[in-house]
Amino acid sequence: MKKVYPKEEVCMACRLCEVHCLAAHSLSQDLIRAYKLESPRPRALVQVTEKGPVSLALPCRHCREPMCVYGCFAGALTRDEATGVVSLDPDKCVGCWTCLAVCPYGAIYRDPARGVAAKCDLCAGRPQPACVANCPNEALIFAESARG
Amino acid sequence: MASYLIIGNSAGGIAAAEAIRRGDPKGAITMVSDEPYPAYSRPLISDYLAGDVTLEKMLLRPADFYPSHGIEAILGTKVTRLELTQKRATLADGRTLKWDKLLLATGGTPTLPDIKGRDLKGVFVFNTLDDAKAIGDYLIARHRAVVIGGGLIGLSAAKALLRRGNETTVVVRSARLLSTLLDAEASALMEKAALAKGLKVIKGSGGEEILGQDGQVKGVALGRGETIPCEVVILARGVDPRTELAREAGLKVREGIPVNEHMETSAPGVYACGDVAESYDFACQEVRVNPVWPSAVIGGLTAGANMAGERNPCPGTSAVNALSYFGTAIAAAGQANPPTLDGFEVLRHPAHNGHYEKVVLQDGRVVGFILVGNLEKAGVIFSLIKERVDVTPFKKDLISPSFGYAFLPAKLRQARIAAE
Ligand SMILES: Cc1cc2nc3c(=O)[nH]c(=O)nc-3n(C[C@H](O)[C@H](O)[C@H](O)COP(=O)(O)OP(=O)(O)OC[C@H]3O[C@@H](n4cnc5c(N)ncnc54)[C@H](O)[C@@H]3O)c2cc1C
Ligand code: SF4
Repeated sequence: MKKVYPKEEVCMACRLCEVHCLAAHSLSQDLIRAYKLESPRPRALVQVTEKGPVSLALPCRHCREPMCVYGCFAGALTRDEATGVVSLDPDKCVGCWTCLAVCPYGAIYRDPARGVAAKCDLCAGRPQPACVANCPNEALIFAESARG
Repeated sequence: MASYLIIGNSAGGIAAAEAIRRGDPKGAITMVSDEPYPAYSRPLISDYLAGDVTLEKMLLRPADFYPSHGIEAILGTKVTRLELTQKRATLADGRTLKWDKLLLATGGTPTLPDIKGRDLKGVFVFNTLDDAKAIGDYLIARHRAVVIGGGLIGLSAAKALLRRGNETTVVVRSARLLSTLLDAEASALMEKAALAKGLKVIKGSGGEEILGQDGQVKGVALGRGETIPCEVVILARGVDPRTELAREAGLKVREGIPVNEHMETSAPGVYACGDVAESYDFACQEVRVNPVWPSAVIGGLTAGANMAGERNPCPGTSAVNALSYFGTAIAAAGQANPPTLDGFEVLRHPAHNGHYEKVVLQDGRVVGFILVGNLEKAGVIFSLIKERVDVTPFKKDLISPSFGYAFLPAKLRQARIAAE
């Protein structure tokens, strides 16, 4: 399957991936409106992690052995065996945060406005995830996983 | 054709059934549970009692799960006896079932404190959907409730009662809430949040007697001349592994049923997982019970794969808890609060704006942590426990409020991304 891979050597922590992710997951699909007018305000499903000169945007890895899915007792997280995509159903999520406690990548976040978890959905329906398409430095690539 | 018998239809049993089916498309799988419902989410009985979820939303799998996986589900019937040499189980209705491979995923049963008045009307435990239903049916708005026990189950009951608008008091024997999971600082943050939501908390007494009148609860005596008037009592002193079947059958039993890395018990072909099992804990580096949902699922998946003929070792588990109660978010895992400091190194970032970070090290490796507030990095720290990473070079970073994936050493950071 194809996943979003960070290239940390060229990431400059501009956080445009976060901005475009948020817009892509908003109702209006419009940046200004999404930030200013939509309530609850949408949340970016990717987050840049940085330490000094090191930075990378690390969205959900859609793991083969997804700890989050194993930990979720609400049935909100599931892995599609055919596509390999790990999805989160916000209607089922109860905001217990067990998934945050077990994700080895720190790639699940809390959506404070809705009280539920949030994570990368690979921008289903778009030719390319919004973070990849809009990274000015090509620090994110959408590529086939070495594990298939 | 192999036949598989699974006792228990919850986190562990369902994970195992799915893993068996992946490994053996044809074998006959039978699941038995004394609860009458299709598998549901046990932790969500709190939300159910609160009126926030329906049974439909609590179900772990779609309605056609059992037939579509070729599973015969016998629900609402207890297994009363196991005969290991004959590989035969007897059900409460007298039926018998044979197995080639057996899984005990029998979970836990509420610890019943030896307290007078336990049988009065208005006293409940809080472990099953039927418990939640019974409480919901009994409770009326003016009832005052006392929850005996300040652990995970006690607080999840208290949260639901408060949400229903009932005056609720938690009485806890120890000096603080969640004493087995948290340290004093994190407990204090949780207590503050609970008090702000209207919960009453009485520490240092586990309740001496439940007082009654005409067979109904009218209060709880605290044993120092004080009583709390109430109409409902919830006994929430935790759960004990439900080992009676295994014990009577002659399996090796300690606190739970010890299993090896393939989740197999002392009897070949007999497996155990979930709250009833003692399996390898990578934080404590010993075999022990770990009564949390993720352990039940991971153990169940391993048991199922091995029952179906694979030789997969269990990746190991550890007690990992996330608590989102009273508007406070806490994650804790492993030896978060070691009984002695001997041999441990504790790094703490004292409470700041409702946030708190604590990491416990042993021989340069993380063996436990508590985080309050910002939980996004919890899983990264948990992975360091699991992988037994030597964190000596960056240990100070672990309690930095900004800690995250980028703080991992380059080699580990990049290898882990490449692995998926
Ligand atoms: C109120 C509450 C809140 C919780 N909150 C959390 C939480 O936030 N996070 C977390 O990680 N965990 C939580 N837990 C714990 C979690 O629910 C358990 O770890 C998990 O359910 C264990 O799954 P299991 O499959 O081992 O057993 P169980 O879920 O206990 O299921 C065992 C099943 O086997 C059946 N059974 C047992 N013996 C027999 C028999 N002889 N014949 C027939 N059937 C039998 C039982 O009736 C039961 O249906 C909570 C538990 C409770 C009660
Ligand atoms: S926070 Fe939501 S998605 Fe994560 S484990 Fe809890 S219920 Fe599942």
